[in-house]
Amino acid sequence: MKLQISSRLAIFAMLELAARVDRQLSVAEIGLKYGISNHHLAKVMHVLGRAGLVRSVRGAGGGYQLSGNVRRLTLLEIIQLFENLDSEDAHAPGDLTDEGNALGQVLSEIDDSVRATLGSITVATMLKLVDRVAKDKRHARPSAEEPARRPSRVV
Amino acid sequence: MAAIDQVARPRTSFSVRRVAAADIGHVIALDERVTGLAKPDYWHDVFERYGKRRLHERIFLVADPFKADARTPILGFIIGEVRAWEFGSAPCGWVFALSVEPRARLRGVGQALFAAISAEFRKAGVGKMRTMVARDNRLHLMFFRSEGMMAGPYIQLEKEVERDAGQS
Repeated sequence: MKLQISSRLAIFAMLELAARVDRQLSVAEIGLKYGISNHHLAKVMHVLGRAGLVRSVRGAGGGYQLSGNVRRLTLLEIIQLFENLDSEDAHAPGDLTDEGNALGQVLSEIDDSVRATLGSITVATMLKLVDRVAKDKRHARPSAEEPARRPSRVV
Repeated sequence: MAAIDQVARPRTSFSVRRVAAADIGHVIALDERVTGLAKPDYWHDVFERYGKRRLHERIFLVADPFKADARTPILGFIIGEVRAWEFGSAPCGWVFALSVEPRARLRGVGQALFAAISAEFRKAGVGKMRTMVARDNRLHLMFFRSEGMMAGPYIQLEKEVERDAGQS
């Protein structure tokens, strides 16, 4: 499935704030890491603020701080602020036919599964997943400097 | 009985150990409190099968508080076993029951039980563990996800058995 860009930005912003709960982050700081325009990110942060998930801190060194519970807040709750995850419109052509109903059953199976997945992954769980991905990447790809540091073998 | 894992936390202290016959009444009571359904026959049968036999591949653990009181004689339990070649799957550890005393939640009990059964599976020689959770059981889903579990390669399917199934 594909997420709308605003949902992705919101998830990235929440992860950045959750990883640094001891300080505020500015839109520019978050935007820099992900290559996102400040303008777009500021709109996303506004929505997150209205939902009570972040709060803005004014003044020098100001920015955004997390205000939600990262162990309870799920990806689904963040995404639903920006988009509707149901795959079909309420009144799609043909949805009252038997064929439409059968197709609706299949699509709702997919929707249920998407909701169950996104609704069970909290921001805290995502942070663990990010750590694991980073660790796997380090193990899979040793640093380019490593061979140079290794003493040459004397035969 | 030797403790498999000992966890000391600021708000509670407990050990994780193998189940004993004396625990079954507490397991039944805890399960009834959590699910609202008493199943004494089921739990006695589970104890016979998972608490006494083939213990190298069947694991029934309880979280035992250092200071037990009448309301929380055990803090939780987890049960699993090594299963091999079902649905063509190589041997893996299956967790099929987990319960934590509601009053003791968010104190690391589930985490300690999960870590202890993972270690037992590892000792039994399997490197993967699985479980199945109802889609609407948000609490369990969130817990297993937080322990790093992801969707596996199998999809669970089901259907209503029709009334005339098998009749010609």
